[in-house]
Amino acid sequence: MEERERILKVRNLNISFKTDSGKVNAIRGVNLDLYKGETIAIVGESGSGKSVTTKAIMGILANNGTIDSGSIEYVWYDEYTGERQERDIVQLSEREMQKDIRGRKIAMVFQDPMTSLNPTMTIGKQIMEPMIYHYHRTKEEAYAKAVELLQLVGITDAEKRMKNYPHQLSGGMRQRIVIAIALSCDPYVLICDEPTTALDVTIQAKILELIQDIQKKKELSVIYITHDLGVVAKVADFVNVMYAGKIIETGTIDEIFYDPRHPYTWGLLSSMPDLDTDDDELYTIPGTPPNLAHEVKGDAFAPRNQYALNIDLREEPPMFDVPGSNSHKVASWLMHEKAPKVEMPESLKKRIEKMKKEGVK
Amino acid sequence: MEQQPILSVKDLKQHFRINRKFTVKAVDGISFDIMPGETYGLVGESGSGKSTTGRSIIRLYKPTSGSIVFNGTEIGGKMSQKAIKELRTNMQMIFQDPMACLNPRKKVLDIIAEGLDIHKAYSSVEERNEKVYQMLELVGLSREHASRYPHQFSGGQRQRIGIARALIMNPDLIIADEAISALDVSIQAQVVNLMKKIQKETNIAYLFIAHDLSMVKYISDRIGVLHLGHLVETGTAEEIFTNPLHPYTKSLLSAIPHPNPKVEKTRTSLTYNYEESGLDYNAGTQHKITDTHYVLATEEEFKSFIEHQHDAI
Repeated sequence: MEERERILKVRNLNISFKTDSGKVNAIRGVNLDLYKGETIAIVGESGSGKSVTTKAIMGILANNGTIDSGSIEYVWYDEYTGERQERDIVQLSEREMQKDIRGRKIAMVFQDPMTSLNPTMTIGKQIMEPMIYHYHRTKEEAYAKAVELLQLVGITDAEKRMKNYPHQLSGGMRQRIVIAIALSCDPYVLICDEPTTALDVTIQAKILELIQDIQKKKELSVIYITHDLGVVAKVADFVNVMYAGKIIETGTIDEIFYDPRHPYTWGLLSSMPDLDTDDDELYTIPGTPPNLAHEVKGDAFAPRNQYALNIDLREEPPMFDVPGSNSHKVASWLMHEKAPKVEMPESLKKRIEKMKKEGVK
Repeated sequence: MEQQPILSVKDLKQHFRINRKFTVKAVDGISFDIMPGETYGLVGESGSGKSTTGRSIIRLYKPTSGSIVFNGTEIGGKMSQKAIKELRTNMQMIFQDPMACLNPRKKVLDIIAEGLDIHKAYSSVEERNEKVYQMLELVGLSREHASRYPHQFSGGQRQRIGIARALIMNPDLIIADEAISALDVSIQAQVVNLMKKIQKETNIAYLFIAHDLSMVKYISDRIGVLHLGHLVETGTAEEIFTNPLHPYTKSLLSAIPHPNPKVEKTRTSLTYNYEESGLDYNAGTQHKITDTHYVLATEEEFKSFIEHQHDAI
């Protein structure tokens, strides 16, 4: 197997926000690895901290947020000398961050293409702007590259479209423009924060296929943030399930979908209706996510977990390795060798069996 | 026994005149029936006219032409006072964005009771409040919640308040316009279960408008596929999903992401483009496949649909 090159390494990241109702510990010890050319997905409910994690990676946390501890190490090769560089983004100043990293090395596609474009500028100008700003390209060079990018993201009549304003385009087209802008400075890492939530199913599929296609062409590494497991199934190589500011299960896509171990992952997978569900009632995870303004004692998921053990209420579970795999890790006391054997719900088991069979045909 | 439909829409048209030269035909001649206690799902991409249909039926717009018969009363054209009262009490709507559809300056108690207040449907304040408390409990909230403001609730809870507000008048039909699209997956399931439970208890009918096809399949008895203001295919949920005929339906179905990596990784979605497909919606008529399954097509188009019926999706 080829040597995988790690380009992003997040270790023990803790982020808190100061609010009127006290300090909110939004991220509590997140570890994340991203390798070149691969795609990871971060899944979780709203408020679980998926967006905050990636905002920290981009260095665009809100003003009341601080990184309390941890490191975000980023590796890249200098574009002129080809030298290998390694930096901890947390230690960089805002100025260095803006000059070297943000936009140039790591780019982001936001959720809502309606609000992330400037309505008073033509899209051509908006695509050219980062190239002129970061690389001091001349207008002509930037223009040529912008047209090329528009063609890359599948927009016909690229030259004509350069003069359009965002309101003249449909939602799917706008999202393509946003992707073109993100790609304009040749980043190594693309972060997609719910790139398709605001779009229709038909366009969603097109945008996802587009991102996959570009990823192959440019050897990008992509981080997807989403709560749609269907999207995850389509694009991701590795999945991280987040709950209450922690990653509670991580593994390859097959491990998470066909051999989930954490009760929360079971809940997530069961509550998705697939096209063959005809049970009378959908499975729901009871209760609501915890309020992180209060200190979480023990496992944050314990109050909603029907399989919770006594120790869950007292102590936070560490990451347990799943036997027989070097990528699958689960933060649940159920994985402890002394824990009682708990099987996943019967209905989910059947469903996974069926999913495995579907794949074979 | 032949049952009377609770809502019967015939050739409904809703045009918006932008200026002298240009009229948007948002809904262009659609017909369907909804039976009591049934859930009718309306799907389509944005701009296909789903929401407009819902809004025309509940008369947030004045329909350009066509008839809407609700509980035996014609509500499509100019309405009598009696018809207005009938409509406003027995048909209710749940809106898409639970953050935006509740008045932030009113307490939950007053938001839910607003319908009662307007129609003076109570004899004492105690009775009014008691009704609200009952509704809150029906939707899985507690009576203490009544004295709070909307901002104190989470998204899922707010949507429950929206449902309680719609239910308080004991309606026969609820129009749910993307009622769950703005919610998280795990919360979506809670709300859908709640809507199903209420339907069992009260035999209410739903017009369920959404673009999430897997959820629509799960909740609906019958489905109508809307494209460019035309109902291109209608049928039971089973028929639409197992035997789609219209290319647009096929492309919609192919676009649904399956939460199964083995299938999903190798699949690409179909494309469908009205201009390039050579179909003419305006010339088409409804062709019958089974008693419940209809597709919009001209004679020739229909033949080719049947030929390609079993092409893999």
